[in-house]
Amino acid sequence: MIIAEGKPIKEILAMIDDYDKIIVAGCKGCVTVCSAGGQKEVEILSSALRLARKAQGKALDIKEVTLERQCDTEYLEPMREYADQYQAILSLACGAGIQFVAEKFRKQPVLPGVNTQFIGVTEEQGVWTERCQSCGNCLLHQTGGICPVTRCSKSLFNGPCGGSKAGKCEIDPQIDCGWQLIYERLKELGLLAKLEVVLPIKDWSTSRDGGPRKRIREDLKI
Amino acid sequence: MKAGSNLEKILTSGKFAVTGELGPPKGADVSVIERKANLLKGNVDAVNVTDNQTAIVRMSSIAVGAILQRMGIEATMQMVCRDRNRIAMQSDIFGAYALGLRNILCLSGDHQKFGNQPTAKNVFDLDSIQLIQTVKLMRDEHKVLGGDEIEGAPAMFIGAAENPFADPFEYRVIRLAKKVAAGVDFIQTQCIYDMAKFERFMQMARDRGLHEKIHILAGVTPLKSVGMARYMKEKVAGMDVPEEIIARMKSAGKEKAREEGLNICVEQIQRLRQIEGVHGIHLMAIEWEDAVHGIVERAGLLPRPQV
Repeated sequence: MIIAEGKPIKEILAMIDDYDKIIVAGCKGCVTVCSAGGQKEVEILSSALRLARKAQGKALDIKEVTLERQCDTEYLEPMREYADQYQAILSLACGAGIQFVAEKFRKQPVLPGVNTQFIGVTEEQGVWTERCQSCGNCLLHQTGGICPVTRCSKSLFNGPCGGSKAGKCEIDPQIDCGWQLIYERLKELGLLAKLEVVLPIKDWSTSRDGGPRKRIREDLKI
Repeated sequence: MKAGSNLEKILTSGKFAVTGELGPPKGADVSVIERKANLLKGNVDAVNVTDNQTAIVRMSSIAVGAILQRMGIEATMQMVCRDRNRIAMQSDIFGAYALGLRNILCLSGDHQKFGNQPTAKNVFDLDSIQLIQTVKLMRDEHKVLGGDEIEGAPAMFIGAAENPFADPFEYRVIRLAKKVAAGVDFIQTQCIYDMAKFERFMQMARDRGLHEKIHILAGVTPLKSVGMARYMKEKVAGMDVPEEIIARMKSAGKEKAREEGLNICVEQIQRLRQIEGVHGIHLMAIEWEDAVHGIVERAGLLPRPQV
């Protein structure tokens, strides 16, 4: 899923300083699962904003809403009923959701309430870690199911570099060396011979480097 | 001859090579380069010019390399994958060759986190092994990546680094073999203090016949103090400094520490020369260039051969 974290309240207060009527819009998708922008976070953030504004002596009317998803047109539609009564929409969805709201609601600014961080997993309760950089050309079959683009700090294809020590990355002793993980996994699988092969230079055009990406399934189009 | 550089001639003629290292200034002051270069001149066969090492902004390795060539000192330009994509790298290799550079050392590069630009975006479009392949493609097939023919091939003697002390240890020789398969001509290793471990590494390299395919230059760095020895052991990624070395530096005391560091370095060189498959040393006297002449002389490696 997409992992995000709430922006600092000070930053949000500065963003909404000019407004006294806003929508705080959560999303029931990824940001709910990673506790960054679901209904609970909408409630907590809205209360905090009201309190802060009260302390500033400035009124703030907030409409709290949590949509099924913000990355699908149909789930945004219900917001049309009341959107025009508000001066701004503070979205707690991921960056895609925030932008999609901004595309569909043209009359007021749409503001980010979270920082979108990465595609990751819930490693344990309250701990999320990155797994995928969506490069568009998966090579996990060659690397024991561990992504060097994501898990190696330098995205090396033929690591580990000289900075791998005791299984950790040179940049931070808390970070596992991605290539050590790949090495151990392939060893476990009896596939170490895979590491003898030089992985070729990557075609990054399937990644963001090829420009904004689009996928079309003609058979699904209406 | 692939490039015809002095370093290549020394190595292919079977002579024991000595290379040095020069860190460019953190600015545009040429006098810093000239001062360091003059201390290295005549004592080494080629001088590595580091490429923004530890991710600290310094003068370009190619510019400094060209200055050294003008001074009559052969340079080995280091090129890291951190800062440039394949377009800039290939372009810079053309430019470097045109300026007279004939040796290149292909490196991944220290992560920008360590330097003075920790908020930079890194590139790593290629990795060091892929960079070796790229330089070889340009030199031997007269093509850039993608297959376009080039006008004038940059005949570079291709080097790479290897750290025998990084983990996983058993994998380091496999990685060395990958560099050989990619087309590397010579290897310079990380500074060696743990001689026994390096000997095990070289045994593994010999078992694969790698020592006959490429030239391995063993890295040495003289220690200035017990503090430096401890720092290397604890803080520098992938560095092993045995307790025995630390104890020797400690018992030398503050006043004799540098002398002991030089003694250790000379002993190390003598031991490294005995290892089958070691064709030279890479002497990295970090901010201690004036020690180079004495070390090389005491190790019996002067005068440097003219080839």
